[in-house]
Amino acid sequence: MLGLGAAALATGCGSEAASPQATAPQAKLPDKSLAVARHVDDANGEAQTTYTDATHYNNFYEFGANKSDPAARSGRFAAHPWSVEIAGLAEKTGRFTLEDILKNHALEERVYRMRCVEAWSMVIPWVGFPLAGLLDRFKPLASAKYVAFTTVERPAQMPGMADRILDWPYREGLRMDEAMHPLTLLAVGMYGRELPNQNGAPLRLIVPWKYGFKGIKSIVKIEFVESMPRTTWNVMAPDEYGFYANVNPAVDHPRWSQKTERRIAGTGFNLFGNRIETLPFNGYAEQVAHLYAGMDLHKYF
Amino acid sequence: MVFRDRIAATKPLVFVLCLLPFAHLVWDAMHGTLGTDPVAQLEHRSGDWALRLLLATLAITPLRRFTGWHRAVRFRRMLGLFAFFYVSVHLLIYLFVDLGGYWADIFEQIAKKPYITVGFAAWLLLIPLALTSTQGAMRRLGRHWQRLHRLAYLIALLGVLHYYWLVKADHREPILYLCAWIALMLARLRARPRADAPRSNAARLRT
Ligand code: HEM
Repeated sequence: MLGLGAAALATGCGSEAASPQATAPQAKLPDKSLAVARHVDDANGEAQTTYTDATHYNNFYEFGANKSDPAARSGRFAAHPWSVEIAGLAEKTGRFTLEDILKNHALEERVYRMRCVEAWSMVIPWVGFPLAGLLDRFKPLASAKYVAFTTVERPAQMPGMADRILDWPYREGLRMDEAMHPLTLLAVGMYGRELPNQNGAPLRLIVPWKYGFKGIKSIVKIEFVESMPRTTWNVMAPDEYGFYANVNPAVDHPRWSQKTERRIAGTGFNLFGNRIETLPFNGYAEQVAHLYAGMDLHKYF
Repeated sequence: MVFRDRIAATKPLVFVLCLLPFAHLVWDAMHGTLGTDPVAQLEHRSGDWALRLLLATLAITPLRRFTGWHRAVRFRRMLGLFAFFYVSVHLLIYLFVDLGGYWADIFEQIAKKPYITVGFAAWLLLIPLALTSTQGAMRRLGRHWQRLHRLAYLIALLGVLHYYWLVKADHREPILYLCAWIALMLARLRARPRADAPRSNAARLRT
């Protein structure tokens, strides 16, 4: 459990969290709900995806390439204890425990649309805090133009890694101004509870105006760098997945049209009528379009 | 009921077996047990069965050749027509469940998305095969019938290509289907009828 150190977290996260050998299996954790300082609906009141759907339909290839794999095959993954290495062009670097990372940050609930590059989407209430607040603590140097993230690599706990589907470890990156944008979230939970393993426990990135694959999961390293970092999908298929990966209905993916999306939300029988128009920047254009002023978004997709 | 022979007696069973995946889909759709993304489930399952049945149809000739069970050919038309049925269901799901109100987008998709282009081409090519699958058409077309129906190999290959191109990263399953296609192709080449073997379709049907 994220527990303790972070004052914002709910009670019930037993004292064992503070001990370095906190390896209790997930099932035994007494309470995984999180206390949240404020709630913001950044999805215009649109119907939310159910918890079950959002936690059983995941692209997390380290656990397998089928969308049901992460929920089914992440049980052995130990998200605690956890630490994150802060590296690169910053005054303060080093390895920090999750509790260190979380302290001083009040958790907030942010409801965001999540648009997958495969042309489906969800609406998810994340719990986290703006990445900017964390990055500021390490005092990045002026030469730091990008932030690079790396996912944990644990083949013994991540059965999908046995297949070299992707070039592990998973890497993602943001331009500094994107990373500092108030919408950019480091999430530790969803639906008021700690992140389940399949959704990127214990710490993941959420960038709501970009395609889902930018939201790197189970982060173990954050590095300040000068030039554009190599990112997993971009390296694998540069003509399909750009570094920016901003949601853009006007720029088609070679495989999928990005003009519309299939919204997975709500409960009950919903076979028909789920297709909706995709909005520029996933509906966050007002907040983020200025970051890309003057850029040819067909070229920098 | 009285059947002409064992094959005729088995056909209804094969018919029902071929319908089972469809019944299962309908059942799941009616009970809301298609999972988180029901539309993708429908597309994937109908597509899988279309491809499997196409390959099963192609497997009949090598099967006859290697096992000497020549009467297996009498199941071939049914398998082929079911393959066409599943591809058509697959297309209808895409058109009216997935695209839904945006169904007219299919034209743009066919023009722009290679995996849809080849999938659609495969469906188009299946139509003349389905239309000429009757005994009467076989008789009328004579040796042209066989030439026409060799298209089934191309169609299956297009189906495999369609699958390969729509997968993002994990290509193992489409590659498995490709291997099956290559194996069937090789088996077919090896299984060329000898000069003394009956050549006409009419003769084949009688065996
Ligand atoms: C008629 C035109 C066709 C259209 C519009 C079409 C469309 C689609 C779509 C939208 C998907 C899902 C893609 C995704 O989830 O990203 C799909 C999957 C698939 N289709 Fe088609 N398809 C067509 C023809 C065919 C044909 C002819 C075959 C085989 C003979 C076929 C076999 C498959 C298979 C095997 C899959 C993947 C199943 C899986 O992932 O398990 N399709 N198709």
